[in-house]
Amino acid sequence: MPKASVGTLYRGHEGMWSWVAHRITGVLVFFFLFAHVLDTALVRVSPNDYNTVIATYKNPIVGLLEAGLVGAVLYHALNGLRVMAVDFWGKGPRFQKTMLWSVVVLWVVLMVPFLIVQLGHIAQGA
Amino acid sequence: MTTLDTEPATPAATVDVGAVASFTITLRIRRFNPEVDPEPHWEDYQVQAYGSERVLDALHKVKWEQDGTLTFRRSCAHGVCGSDAMRINGRNRLACKTLIKDASPDRPITIEAVKGLPLLKDLVVDMEPFFDSYRDVMPFLIPSGHEPTRENLQSREERARFDETTKCILCAACTTSCPVFWTDGQYLGPAAIVAAHRFIFDSRDHGARERLEVLNDREGVWRCRTTFNCTEACPRGIHVTAMIAEVKKALLTRTM
Repeated sequence: MPKASVGTLYRGHEGMWSWVAHRITGVLVFFFLFAHVLDTALVRVSPNDYNTVIATYKNPIVGLLEAGLVGAVLYHALNGLRVMAVDFWGKGPRFQKTMLWSVVVLWVVLMVPFLIVQLGHIAQGA
Repeated sequence: MTTLDTEPATPAATVDVGAVASFTITLRIRRFNPEVDPEPHWEDYQVQAYGSERVLDALHKVKWEQDGTLTFRRSCAHGVCGSDAMRINGRNRLACKTLIKDASPDRPITIEAVKGLPLLKDLVVDMEPFFDSYRDVMPFLIPSGHEPTRENLQSREERARFDETTKCILCAACTTSCPVFWTDGQYLGPAAIVAAHRFIFDSRDHGARERLEVLNDREGVWRCRTTFNCTEACPRGIHVTAMIAEVKKALLTRTM
């Protein structure tokens, strides 16, 4: 059986790349939830151990990971609303590009103040 | 009467202003001969072309003047039969509707087979999986009751309801541009959903329930992730993603 033709990367437009980003952020959020469920479940095993584990999160690397997590969740949430609008709002498909750029602008507008605060926390070693 | 004291007539212009400029272009074609090549490979061809010509004309020049083994499908060569869908500069296009001047003539024009269907030779893929999905949605009018004794009339509005999806030429440019289809060959694909849309919203048709049942399958419309690659690839300008969204809505509300 001949294999499927693959070839070069398909040069899709905004729609395709927004979907790629949606997938990537979705997987990232899933992995976070996996770890999050585990560490939160620990509180029922031993509150002291839970406190110890949470205390290890207070370092700059986890601080940056948190910033990445908020970025991923924010994009996934905003673009998720766009995808719903595309499917269920009559004019959604026509305005999908406009909606994507609105998502990007909104994402930047929300991320900038958050990053200022978060980077402040990281600088203080909190 | 005045006499114009002009310079002597200039010699006949060497360049005919009405002429279309001709230039040398490079076609970078992904070749594959299943009898000798273990893997497809890229090959460059220099062709003299006019900007007003189409990529199909350049392919013809390669096949007729340089390498007769180059294999591709084409039939009407005017964007109606849907035979020559291929990936031109990374995007699904009909070779007969893509002008060379629009396909970056100063850089090599990459041409390869569409993605996601089994590659048979050079630019030819096996279209059977594509047509299997097309057959799955029963793309024919299903009447109800007795054989009609008079014309099956339809108002302009009723006809306009599904006008857009009647334009499909089954070239597979949409289905093979879909990232979901590349990884999940079982997905019905945009073209089959467009074909279903054409009958689901036809007032004379009574097979909507059966068709919606097929489309409600896990490999049906719900696989669509609205990447809009299909809409962008359609050489007939069908708003494929919007049509799929209409079918999704019809499935949820079961109203046509």
